[in-house]
Amino acid sequence: MCRIGAIKSKDFVHPSTALCLMQSQQKGHDNSGFAMVMQDLGGVFADYKDKPLMSYACTDAGVKIVEDFMREKGFSLAFHWSPKKNDATGLDIELMQHYHFENWDYPKLMANAPQAEKEELLTGIRLELRRVLEDAGDKIGFVYSFWPDVLTLKEIGNPKDIGTYFDLWNKNDKLMAKIITVQCRQNTNYDIVRYAAHPFFNQGYTVLANGENTFYVKNKECQKNLHRSYIGFESDSQCFLYTLHYVHRQLKWPLTYFKHVITPLPFDQIETRDDAQVLLSIRQSLPHLEINGPNTIIGVLPDGTMINTCDSKKLRPVVIGREGDTVALSSEVCGLNDIMPNRDASKDIYTNERETVIINNDLEVLRCKQ
Amino acid sequence: MQTVKINDITPNDLPWTIEWSEDKCKMCGSCTAACTFGAIEAGVEGRGVTFSEGVAPNPQAAAKRAVPVIRQVADIKHRCTGCGMCEKVCPNRAIRPVRNEDNRWNFVNRSAGMPKRGGRSNLGVEDRTLDKIVVGRISQMTDPSLDALRHTFDMRAPFGRILPPEQLPLSVGPDGTLQMDKPLPTVNWIYPLVFSDMSIGALSTRCWEAISMATAYLNEECGIPIRMCSGEGGMPVSLLKSELLKYMILQIASGHFGWNRIIKAMPDMVADPAGIIIKIGQGAKPGDGGLLMAQKVAKHIQAIRGVPKSDLLSPPNHQGLYSIEESVQKMFLSLNAAFKFRVPVAIKTSATASSVSIYNNLLRDPYNIVGGYLIDGIQGGTGAANEISLDHTGHPVVSKVRDCYNAAVAQGRQGQIPLWAAGGIGLTGNAAADAFKVICLGANGVFVSKILLQLMGCVGNDRGRCNACNTGLCPAGLTTQEKKLVKRLDIDKAAQNIVDYVLAFDSEMKKMMAPIGNSSLPVGRSDALVSTDEAVANKLGIQYAC
Ligand code: SF4
Ligand code: SF4
Repeated sequence: MCRIGAIKSKDFVHPSTALCLMQSQQKGHDNSGFAMVMQDLGGVFADYKDKPLMSYACTDAGVKIVEDFMREKGFSLAFHWSPKKNDATGLDIELMQHYHFENWDYPKLMANAPQAEKEELLTGIRLELRRVLEDAGDKIGFVYSFWPDVLTLKEIGNPKDIGTYFDLWNKNDKLMAKIITVQCRQNTNYDIVRYAAHPFFNQGYTVLANGENTFYVKNKECQKNLHRSYIGFESDSQCFLYTLHYVHRQLKWPLTYFKHVITPLPFDQIETRDDAQVLLSIRQSLPHLEINGPNTIIGVLPDGTMINTCDSKKLRPVVIGREGDTVALSSEVCGLNDIMPNRDASKDIYTNERETVIINNDLEVLRCKQ
Repeated sequence: MQTVKINDITPNDLPWTIEWSEDKCKMCGSCTAACTFGAIEAGVEGRGVTFSEGVAPNPQAAAKRAVPVIRQVADIKHRCTGCGMCEKVCPNRAIRPVRNEDNRWNFVNRSAGMPKRGGRSNLGVEDRTLDKIVVGRISQMTDPSLDALRHTFDMRAPFGRILPPEQLPLSVGPDGTLQMDKPLPTVNWIYPLVFSDMSIGALSTRCWEAISMATAYLNEECGIPIRMCSGEGGMPVSLLKSELLKYMILQIASGHFGWNRIIKAMPDMVADPAGIIIKIGQGAKPGDGGLLMAQKVAKHIQAIRGVPKSDLLSPPNHQGLYSIEESVQKMFLSLNAAFKFRVPVAIKTSATASSVSIYNNLLRDPYNIVGGYLIDGIQGGTGAANEISLDHTGHPVVSKVRDCYNAAVAQGRQGQIPLWAAGGIGLTGNAAADAFKVICLGANGVFVSKILLQLMGCVGNDRGRCNACNTGLCPAGLTTQEKKLVKRLDIDKAAQNIVDYVLAFDSEMKKMMAPIGNSSLPVGRSDALVSTDEAVANKLGIQYAC
């Protein structure tokens, strides 16, 4: 079972906090993987917020492919950073040769292009690069995200050891972010591949989930035609990202309608509501994006808003707590106890089956009933 | 020596022979009275009798005696259909039909010209695709299954045109919620089981009434939004003008029988019908029009249809419409306009190799008026159909539904034109399991008809028993207008049987939805199925398991 967590704070947070959040939940995951997405970065990336940041893991050959590819596309390297690696023996981690986090300057022609055009370009580059790497050979390289102010790290192995290898336990000011989403354990429903680990990221949207998507086949069959970036599907949880992206970015529906899409109200309840027509139209147009399985979903929007919602049977746990200028979400309450020992636990929120909890950038926590 | 008349028919040439026991028979005449086909008659046979008189045995041959017997009529027209009515009425169990494996039926029956026969396909019923599929993905540890008894399930399927999300007329209002700017095409969310189109001429009035009673009861007392399709030929004006019309789907077939009355009744309708089905073809006699034999066109049928007593043949196609695009547009536009676009209009064809092309055409639907596509497979059908059609024409429905669904998936348009499947659903009595599997393969719901007859007391089966629905002599009073025969039908019991079956169907569906963790219908959840037959698995794109 995956364990997931998320931290949103007004101050910069070090990934060690996220590791601590997960560490106490270790009995609930199988130590087979770790993944993390950091957004609104500080530390060494603070000066490059507007430049797209590429996160990738590669072999020697892969690095060359990436660099050649990027140059050919007209990008120039603005900043490169690799975590300090701790090659201690006995670490349980399936290493790649290189882990790169690179800020790139847009091609000259694009420098002043409108934001939307830039976003399409970045998406296209990531998709193309992923294909190029895949074509070049098995496990040559993995490109996780290419977006301003977003860093993604995914690895197969014991989260604790992965933390050790990347020096993430050591609190310093190099790697900092105001939003960190994190998951322990690979998704083992399908192949154990690096891409399969959540959080998943696409065009400013991050989603991770604890649970199982029994509607995976339906979701996937529908999503693969909806947007060119809906690819991969290495994990059944990936579908949640695409649905959030589709509902919010493509259809431009208000955030609260995500819940109406994934877990629509039963017909007899819809019929009693003033907005019955709207809800019915959504339910009948998008039945293939519904989920029925047990899930807790955490999402982050491009503007930094964080959300949490659950399946309509509320079969998976999640808890939200707050201390000072930080709000954290965790599969298990022990995670919160570890990083927020002094919070008022009576104010913890256990998101219910018909709720979407929205945490905005002022850290106001809104509970929206579906 | 007597001449052997080699071409004479004997009971042994017929599919059913009568086993009659002289010992048990008390010659009450019940059986001959009950046999609607005139397949048995009382006769006299000469017998030699030996008797004894006196205290000591003293057997003596008597003169020949005339003995009354019940014997089978050995001609094609009055052949025994194996319906078993004689057995049912016999107080002494002295008579019963026996299947005659050594018959010469295929050779002799054509001598009377082309036989018509109603009922069911008689070939290939043992080897059903649906029986080679089982629900293989059971929710266990990580995705717990549901409690079939206590959980609430959303058992509804769409009937009507569904717009893709980007075409929904939604905009964000000042309060940050979505507003609907203009109305959508009408979609009725109904139970995924529809009582299929059997016309009020094909069935006895009381039989049709029993189904409509069951429909109304299920809706009003059981809260199951089931719908019934009128079949071709219209319906009583009193029903057209009643509130109950909302449970009826009107059918328009190529003969357009009954439509003038429907149109005339429109101004007085207090409720909209649940939908309209344009029937292009049916599973029982694909490529053929409808056929109601003159013997079934009773007075009230003449009145409802507005026709004289004669064979009523619908042409095999809708006259004047020669392409999918043209026909669909013309018919859909006019029918939609007739009800001011409030009533969804769906189309029904026989399953065929080209079903996918038809569906693809429907999916284009620039007018947003195609409310559904119903595919009727080879095992469907009641009523009058040529034996040759029943046995040798048609297309299995399962793979066609799957192909159509996959075609929609490939275009990202699944669900926009609801897919409904018919033809053999419930053939073995397991309608819920059949429906569940077809729904997992991509259908939104199913239509059933023959099983309704069976629930009401039809004694026919798919191995050539009875199947005389076209003759107007239905021994169960179901498919006849013969007053005496119709009385055999206990209308309340018939309706109750249907209601009971649907209630069982409902809980069986839930029993299957629960273990795969679905609280709504499992449309397209092909991952929940596995097949024990590799070829079936490959064709349907589901897992092979052994
Ligand atoms: S089985 Fe039916 S058709 Fe045959 S003799 Fe008996 S009643 Fe008549
Ligand atoms: S009992 Fe009636 S409905 Fe059934 S097969 Fe015989 S004739 Fe047809």
